[in-house]
Amino acid sequence: MRALVDTPSPSAALECRWLGAISAVLLALFPLSVALAQATVRPGSESILSGVLRWLPLVFSGFLFNLLVSVLSMALGTALGVILGFGLIARGTSARIASLGAMQFFRNAPWLVLLFYAMFLIPYQVTVFGWSIPFPDWIKAVIGLALPVMANVAEIVRGGVLSIPAGQWESARGLALNRRQILWLVIVPQAVRRMIPPWMNLYATLAMATPLISIVGVQDALTMTRSALVAEGRPELFLPMYLALLVMFFSFCYPVALATRTLERHLDAQT
Amino acid sequence: MSGVAEWFRWLNSAHGINLSIFYDGFDQRRFVTGIETTLGLSLACVAASFALGVLGAWLQGSKSRLVRASVRCYVEFFRNTPPLIQLLFFYFGIGALLPTFPDGSAGGQPLVSNLGWAIVSLSLFAGAHNVEIFRSGIEAVPRAMREAAEALGHTRFQIFRLIVFPMAFRISLPAFNNNLVNLVKTTTLAYAIAVPELLYASAQIWSESFNVKEMMNVLLLVYLALIAVVVWGMGWLERRLRIPGYSV
Repeated sequence: MRALVDTPSPSAALECRWLGAISAVLLALFPLSVALAQATVRPGSESILSGVLRWLPLVFSGFLFNLLVSVLSMALGTALGVILGFGLIARGTSARIASLGAMQFFRNAPWLVLLFYAMFLIPYQVTVFGWSIPFPDWIKAVIGLALPVMANVAEIVRGGVLSIPAGQWESARGLALNRRQILWLVIVPQAVRRMIPPWMNLYATLAMATPLISIVGVQDALTMTRSALVAEGRPELFLPMYLALLVMFFSFCYPVALATRTLERHLDAQT
Repeated sequence: MSGVAEWFRWLNSAHGINLSIFYDGFDQRRFVTGIETTLGLSLACVAASFALGVLGAWLQGSKSRLVRASVRCYVEFFRNTPPLIQLLFFYFGIGALLPTFPDGSAGGQPLVSNLGWAIVSLSLFAGAHNVEIFRSGIEAVPRAMREAAEALGHTRFQIFRLIVFPMAFRISLPAFNNNLVNLVKTTTLAYAIAVPELLYASAQIWSESFNVKEMMNVLLLVYLALIAVVVWGMGWLERRLRIPGYSV
């Protein structure tokens, strides 16, 4: 919490300048692409800018759906990943090996392949005790994206716990705390601070992976863009429309990356 | 070979486990082509992204602010936008602006094929990560090394080529390996522009042979094996290049 009230460090100010500079370049890139596309338009047809502006609200609503999917996947993946992460540091050998196997499997498989896996192999509804729970496509996509997130969170949890010096374990044991108390009262509170930056990195990666759901048929910002382009049927719109989509993602992911870096530097300075 | 094919045919008829890639010549060829395409795509992207990473890291040490700022913009843009949309941006957005050659077909032959765009786009994506990885490796090289090299009269390029980069490369190998693994996984995105790589080939097979479950599992195993080979190979390289007694 101290990080919030601290005066910004010179490096944080530098990051803010970069944010300004890079946003300016990007904002210049967009009109440039519109102008470039405009140059190829046959005289008499509608201008590129009005064509792009007509579809932008629809694409943006799709983008908000991408963010919703990313938040839900992150929540599910984090919940499962914390459990798996504690499996990785369990004392029981079989629990540890099983968790390690699951972690390696889901961490090394391509995200898109796992997404296909979830889409095809999760039934469209599950009946438990007479209750039928439907699984629409987008829920399956959330689960499919949560699988690699889970494995990565597990690795972050393990790394965070192992990064706490052994002296902390020993002195806690000296105070006659049992293993659960040591973990919850001593180790985890310290480890969580170190887990936050890699966790935020993972979130940015996930947010950038959400357009994959359009490949498996969930309607997101990318689907909206492609249908808009099909509806217009003008190849010269491709460049500005895709660039607009890239800018939307950039303006969300880049601040997250900057915040992560600033937080990392604060943590480094404190230890 | 026919014994193996017979066994898999039997497995299909007796247990309903349809691994058509082992007994159907057509599916098998498609699958093998898929593996070859994935390998080729990965190798091309590894080479190109490595070159981009080295070039970017070198340019980031430039005296000109403009050069440094442009490298920074490239890195931040490609690191913070979805690789899938980058790929479509290149293939559809830029590809549509390039001229085509007439080859008798309706649209004509495009200047850059879909495989070509996949290589360009994925290399730019992985290259941006490599610039960042090599930059932090270069920052970890002790200042005294550079000063000593300067005192010996080396030029800036000589210092980079002979002293700083060889050390920085070893320091950044673990992060570089991670990025390579990511790159191999990211080649699946080429599916979106119909490059016949492993995922695309498998999707064609399972939609025609109706063996989604079996092919999914084969696909996952092949990718895990591929990545295991990369991890093992890079681990070997890391051990071979280790500087005895030097740790960061």
